Amino acid sequence: MTTAVPRLVEVRRNVLKQNDVIAGELRRRFREAGVYTVSLVSSPGSGKTAFLEKTLSLLGRSHRVAALVGDLATENDADRLRRSKAPVRQIVTGTVCHLDATMVRDALDGWKLDELDYLFIENVGNLVCPSSYDLGEDLRLVLLSVTEGEDKPLKYPTIFNTADVAVITKVDLAAAVEFDWPAAYVNIQAVRPNMQVLRVSAKTGEGMDEWERFLRARSVDVAE
Amino acid sequence: MHELSIAVSLVEAAEEEAAKCGAAGVSAVHLRLGPLSGVQKEALLFSYDLATEGTTLQGSRLLIEDAPVMVFCTVCQDRRSIRSLQSFCCATCDTPATDVVQGRELEVVALEILE
Repeated sequence: MTTAVPRLVEVRRNVLKQNDVIAGELRRRFREAGVYTVSLVSSPGSGKTAFLEKTLSLLGRSHRVAALVGDLATENDADRLRRSKAPVRQIVTGTVCHLDATMVRDALDGWKLDELDYLFIENVGNLVCPSSYDLGEDLRLVLLSVTEGEDKPLKYPTIFNTADVAVITKVDLAAAVEFDWPAAYVNIQAVRPNMQVLRVSAKTGEGMDEWERFLRARSVDVAE
Repeated sequence: MHELSIAVSLVEAAEEEAAKCGAAGVSAVHLRLGPLSGVQKEALLFSYDLATEGTTLQGSRLLIEDAPVMVFCTVCQDRRSIRSLQSFCCATCDTPATDVVQGRELEVVALEILE
């Protein structure tokens, strides 16, 4: 019996090619339909759903908005977001700790994208895994609540580095938790130089106007 | 931890590429992995054996080559490494870096195939 000698063949193949292809198709569909798509990532409990609920209500007064929301289990977040009257779909991932492009594509089934101006995709609360998956979004927000501490960006540099904008949430609690604003800014800039930082409180509404203006300006840039 | 999902995608990708070469089997998969891929090396190695079970890659080895973060430094006008992920600036001149040219890789670069 002869022992087969393996032959080395060079290939170049992105492991997540399948995901990237679907994300690329989604991006094209969003562009054609004129819908600006924003994904939200953060750790669990940083206030993504509250921020999104407020955003859907405010932006929904003048624009057609919708949301997809990912969680391991329950429809609770979708139920909360539906109070804004916007179309909302829950993606229950089961044991999967992140959304991928296929889940987004499947969740959009039956929706007429050209009837929307903004689509929001709330990822599963997780600061690690979502960074690997392109969802076809135009803008990726990473949220950081003041109660989490200023050093979160240093602990999870990859997710901050792959995001476009940082949103600091629950700013109404900043004084109570002695949030160190300069340190937070320094840490964000250290892991992602030049990253824009917004400050909001979904509870008091502080910063929501600025966020809305920022979003409109960004979406106009894409449309042009 | 999503490395098992990643390992499953990796096995599918490698199987497809192996089929294109008409391979009878695969003895090793060479992967380039960057720290900005969001994938942890040890967890991926651990997941690989599980993901290959019952596939044509069962028993094969996963060989991971690191792809450290490289940026294009606007001051040096050249490719440079960075201080660290926590200090995302040119390792030569400390200019904050935004143009990543390497470090996001999660890429099969070679297969050792049996014919």
